[in-house]
Amino acid sequence: MIGVELRKLFRRPRTWVTIAVLNALPVLVAVLVQLTDLAPRPGEGPPFLSAVLTNGALFPLAALAIVLPLFLPIAVAVVAGDAVAGEAQAGTLRYLLVRPAGRTRLLVAKLVAVIAFVLVTVLVVAGVGYVVGTTLFDAQPVGGGTSVSGTSLSQQELAGRSLMAIGYVTVSMLGVAAFGLFFSTLTDSPLAAALGALAVLVTSSLLFTLDAASPIAPYLPTRYWLAFVDLFRDPILWRDVVRGLALQGVYVGVLLAAAWANFTTKDVTS
Amino acid sequence: MSAVIRTRGLVKRYGRLRAVDGIDLDVRAGDVYGFLGANGSGKTTTVRMLLGLVLPTAGEVELLGERMPRAGRRVLPRVGALVEGPAHHGHLSGRANLALIDAAGPGGSRRTRRARIEEVLQQVGLGGIDRRPVRAYSLGMRQRLGLAAALLRRPELLVLDEPTNGLDPQGIHEIRDLLLELHRGGTTVFLSSHLLAEVEQLCTRVGVLDRGRLVLQDELARLTAPTGATVVDTPAADRVRAVLDGRVLGVEGSRVVVRGADPAEVNALLVAAGVPVTGLALQRPTLEEVVLAAAGTSADRVEAAR
Repeated sequence: MIGVELRKLFRRPRTWVTIAVLNALPVLVAVLVQLTDLAPRPGEGPPFLSAVLTNGALFPLAALAIVLPLFLPIAVAVVAGDAVAGEAQAGTLRYLLVRPAGRTRLLVAKLVAVIAFVLVTVLVVAGVGYVVGTTLFDAQPVGGGTSVSGTSLSQQELAGRSLMAIGYVTVSMLGVAAFGLFFSTLTDSPLAAALGALAVLVTSSLLFTLDAASPIAPYLPTRYWLAFVDLFRDPILWRDVVRGLALQGVYVGVLLAAAWANFTTKDVTS
Repeated sequence: MSAVIRTRGLVKRYGRLRAVDGIDLDVRAGDVYGFLGANGSGKTTTVRMLLGLVLPTAGEVELLGERMPRAGRRVLPRVGALVEGPAHHGHLSGRANLALIDAAGPGGSRRTRRARIEEVLQQVGLGGIDRRPVRAYSLGMRQRLGLAAALLRRPELLVLDEPTNGLDPQGIHEIRDLLLELHRGGTTVFLSSHLLAEVEQLCTRVGVLDRGRLVLQDELARLTAPTGATVVDTPAADRVRAVLDGRVLGVEGSRVVVRGADPAEVNALLVAAGVPVTGLALQRPTLEEVVLAAAGTSADRVEAAR
């Protein structure tokens, strides 16, 4: 069942178009920065971009930081929102259930497929970022990189922390995926499900900037998204990273439970 | 005979509307069961409840002797279904679609998958399809592909909702032959349709649904049994009344309905009296008459409240 869902997702041209589009923006940014030699000053613009001119190996992180606020969540919301509602709209959901695929198993398989999409997307963005960064900019193979705090990191430290950052971004996106999947069980329209998930994220980002909303700020799903930057401080500033992981864990758990409760008791009339 | 589908007091309520209102279906092994009803009479909701897609408000469903939807995982692999038209992934080929649906559930071994797919494609007349995506198929081809998916695991029971929808007359004929062949091979067929002719040609038993209620359920042969009257075609209809005094039940143009279940006897009397007879038959109600007598007006009529 999980294999079936993975095959469906990755044999679909749309999936790869989405991933390709997602990579276009960081590549464009890289080319522009390289051509003009004008990196944003430290502390401005997307994180890590200022350091890219001196060390291209940091570009995967800059690439992730570029797509994280908007592009990546949109892609994840579209794929997750399509998971159940897309089958419902196409009419294939009833045939899957009559096969019988089993409602719980189907939901689990959809979840695994969405997680796989998140992971593949994040890895491709990081991978393309690395290739672009090391070809367009000077990489520093020997001395390692520089942490955000100014001390220098060895090559191994940088690689390890990059992997942790990729993992952290993936977990952050799982929150989006959980919203998308939950809405996807509520409606037969994949568009509505994706827009629902995006509406949550837009609301969250907006409230985050509002001082009046500060009491609820720690519970907003987008609150700790950029905390992966803290992984590159020296020493690592774990506080926000841990809180971010815990918060996403709660969102994912609650939403998946709600999605399961709804989907297993719902009349499939599509 | 064992029951293949049995429901008891099956009810589905949507708010105040009772879409299905306490029906007791009884489909036996070896039946070709025609499930008739106007649009909106609750046919599709019933079919969905049989298959566990819609959960009943009250009542119970037994499929192949086991309670649905609880036993779905055991029972449904033995059932093939076509519900409200076929549905496939448009960007994949027909074979890829069948392979995916086969892999999505239990009861279909991976080793025999390719052979089974080729076999059912042959059966429904799609043996020669190429790698074109389903998107490029005609409506009739999609219908055939949907039927192929239903046959993939050689089911004991076929639940088909309007299976000849979108097919041309030749296609309808082919599918009818296929269903009859499957039936001879021991498959029980539950055919939901609003096409009376289709049901009359195929089915051995009939159930009629009207506004969520099962108003009729019987053998087709019994429903359309002779009424005990004879229909006479004659250009001299007025003279029949004189010859067969008191036995004439009705005159309609050149058709005269006469009491008496023996056309030969009626014929002999008329010919002896010199009345020309151009046609003679036992009177049988058509399925249409039976259904119209049992069910009310079309359920998608919306009358103004008075």
